[in-house]
Amino acid sequence: MQLALWTYEGPPHVGAMRVAAAMRGVHYVLHAPQGDTYADLLFTMIERSKTRPPVTYTTFQARDLGADTATLFRDQVRDAAERFKPEAMLVGASCTAELIQDDPGGLARSVGLAIPVIALELPAYQRKENWGASETFYQIVRQLAAVGDAPAESAPGPSCNILGPTALGFRNRDDLAEITRLIGRLGIRVNVTAPLGASPADIARLPFADFNVVLYPEIARQAADFLQRSAGQPCTRIIPIGHAATEAFVREVADLAGVDPAPALAPAEARSPWYARSVDSNYLTGKRVFVFGDATHAIACARVAARELGFQVVGLGTYSREFAREVRKEAELYGQEALIADDYLEVEAAITRAAPEIVLGTQMERHIAKKLNIPCAVISAPVHVQDFPARYSPVMGYEGANVLFDSFVHPLMMGLEEHLLHMFREDFEFTTDASPSHLGGAGLAVADAAGLAAQAPADSEASLAGPAWADDAEQEVRKIPFFVRSKARRNTEKYAEMHGIARITLDTLYEARAYYAR
Amino acid sequence: MSVTVEKSPEIAPPPVLRQRGQREVFCGLTGIVWLHRKMQDAFFLVVGSRTCAHLLQSAAGVMIFAEPRFATAIIGERDLAGLADANEELDRVVGELLARRPDIRVLFLVGSCPSEVIKLDLSRAAQRLSRNHDSVRVLHYSGSGIETTFTEGEDACLATLVPGLPVSTDGADLLVVGALADTVEDQFRRLFAAMGVVRVGFLPARRAAEPPSIGPHTRFILAQPFLAETARLLAKAGLKRISATMPLGAEGTRAWFTAIAGALDIPPSRVQEVTEIPYRRAESALRRMHAHLSGKSIFFFRDSQLEIPLARFAANELGMRLTEVGTPYLHRALIAEDLARLPTGITLSEGQDVERQLDRCRAIRPDLTVCGLGLANPLEAEGLTTKWSIELVFTPIQGFEQAADLAELFARPLRRRARLTV
Repeated sequence: MQLALWTYEGPPHVGAMRVAAAMRGVHYVLHAPQGDTYADLLFTMIERSKTRPPVTYTTFQARDLGADTATLFRDQVRDAAERFKPEAMLVGASCTAELIQDDPGGLARSVGLAIPVIALELPAYQRKENWGASETFYQIVRQLAAVGDAPAESAPGPSCNILGPTALGFRNRDDLAEITRLIGRLGIRVNVTAPLGASPADIARLPFADFNVVLYPEIARQAADFLQRSAGQPCTRIIPIGHAATEAFVREVADLAGVDPAPALAPAEARSPWYARSVDSNYLTGKRVFVFGDATHAIACARVAARELGFQVVGLGTYSREFAREVRKEAELYGQEALIADDYLEVEAAITRAAPEIVLGTQMERHIAKKLNIPCAVISAPVHVQDFPARYSPVMGYEGANVLFDSFVHPLMMGLEEHLLHMFREDFEFTTDASPSHLGGAGLAVADAAGLAAQAPADSEASLAGPAWADDAEQEVRKIPFFVRSKARRNTEKYAEMHGIARITLDTLYEARAYYAR
Repeated sequence: MSVTVEKSPEIAPPPVLRQRGQREVFCGLTGIVWLHRKMQDAFFLVVGSRTCAHLLQSAAGVMIFAEPRFATAIIGERDLAGLADANEELDRVVGELLARRPDIRVLFLVGSCPSEVIKLDLSRAAQRLSRNHDSVRVLHYSGSGIETTFTEGEDACLATLVPGLPVSTDGADLLVVGALADTVEDQFRRLFAAMGVVRVGFLPARRAAEPPSIGPHTRFILAQPFLAETARLLAKAGLKRISATMPLGAEGTRAWFTAIAGALDIPPSRVQEVTEIPYRRAESALRRMHAHLSGKSIFFFRDSQLEIPLARFAANELGMRLTEVGTPYLHRALIAEDLARLPTGITLSEGQDVERQLDRCRAIRPDLTVCGLGLANPLEAEGLTTKWSIELVFTPIQGFEQAADLAELFARPLRRRARLTV
């Protein structure tokens, strides 16, 4: 039993719904009690979907348990096939129905539908949403892809499939548009995109492409590996998030297709590298960043933050346990131990400890950061209505790199603003205790400043035990901008303790500063 | 999936359409979202699956800031395989939780579909945990979707509080049953005081550890229509129920207060006098809304059991035209006064086959459709105007001062549609 206040991922059948809702011509009959129908609102409210997800729930009740839930399931399969006329039917159980062991697959087959029936076994007490999506997509591909068949007519030139985008995916809609355009520039034809927008007939045509582009390994790696084994289709490994990764991806794709990468390299719209080099961006150097999200976005965004913006990664983690190995390896590059956790309290504690200047995370981290008064940008699911902006806003490809530049930089104070604040911080009109106006903490900071004046050493940052602060050192430490002050204070105290210093003086402060200098 | 049309012997009640099929509705766990706000010293621990946790967080939406006063003990594979004794695990999780939250006085263990299917005995667990944790009262109820529909979760929660109500000869004269927003509760208290009813208890109380006391003389009245089990237990404890319309709208609220006065031997003139000003205020505010809503047709998908009282309000106080009024359950006795005031020529439906209810809604094309969050945007995309039913549960709508707010919930979607040119 695990105590959970908030969760990063839903149950695996919600992952299956994300695949079903992305596709055309499929219907999912889910053996589940009525409460499970809440999942519809994820699609209709968060993604603002204009149609209900193609899901029928059996909504069995306690009184059915003693009677015949199996008949109920069969009836719903038959009714759904008649009403929705899908080309393929997915069937499965949610957590409760898993316990009553009705065998949805066997029951659905016994109905004798004329369409393919794909039975999903998604262990709800072991697995989670992304695993469920991945398994569902894999089962669909495994059962419907016409491996070994030859295409009716073969189109000229190299072709690929794009695999991974689903309903309720983080920026999937715009990533797909961006990558499709990029691939088009190379003269490569997109055979099928799946699951998003694909019909069962499209899935059958998957093996007719030369290779697969895997955009979201959490969803599509398993299916792509299957296609590699069974249909001999190689797949891409590079995730085109960030400028450098996009260029590397272009080369990888061009290489797989046997074409020249040049038409898709260094296009005019790739502004992010120049923006990063422009002088105003100097202040971004070494900004402490904490990154948390699904494995793909966390790894990629940490790279962008470190290499394309010059931030310092002070924390990297994921809730995707399936990809823990990859994230651990990546974190080592930054001298960090990866945080693999799906307990948001643990993530909150890690962020507090790391004292970052910006957090890149999910909606959960956005709330944690808000609580801690740290700027934040959202980079990963679990999704929120704000993650489906009306405007075009990919995170993949060159435009995606531009979007990431803006997303990571805008929450921070702009460079010039920060410079001016430093210049004027000794002026009486300014107080470094004032937090940036866009964080909305002004009132709080003023109260805090007043409190500091009244009872100097007992402010909230000072530790209860540990070395005492001399007045001049105390005055000096308050000149440090608020967002690094507590870190400086802790480092100084740590240094003092290490060196057996009982009273922190100005000298101690600067010795510590020199000791910890980057 | 059978259809039966029941003709009841009462005075020309509308026919009731009963269908069985997919029900599109929340389970009783959802009640935690408003109950935990109401009882500030209570914590709700769902013993369930990841789905339960996901439902709660999806229904609670953005209330993520503070550490919430609800959580899920997620049953894992080990608990099912019997490798870990589920009771020991539960004790461990509760211990962890109470160590984190020493401010908690009442802990509700909330049963879910999986905990009920595996027959985890939460009532015994609650007794055991109450013994082991001195300062905390541990109670248990079921919010599972195989037993409870949406607002029935509140019913189950309040029902579990009934046996713990202290009994005394100077207990409340009046017990108001059903979670109300604090502002509504305060307004009602003021009106009761002016009427001369001093000893009034509210269930649930703002602090679950300080429940209202009752006595053999206590009369109770429902402020929410979905509290069948709570009402049954109170009646069993010897309390007499006051039957009234639900306190929605100017008329509904006045009838509610009048019924209370009648039961407590307060002269009708006194009620008239006390409620006159707020009644006039509500009525004149409603008259203004009348212009926007009168003659507009309205369709209720089944959701919260508030549908029939809401339909009564919409028809009689706003002049709206009822089409189909769906309800998950029709507890005739509890809503008799609202039911009796419904106009003729409408369809009542109990239970649900959501696909066929959608077909009927599309055929009628009402001016306003009251439905759940899963249906609202798809219906809007089909050109229908909708109101989320869940807002009618979360928003303070009871009482004189909220009558216009309630009307506004119906009027705004229509006004918005008229205003937009895109």
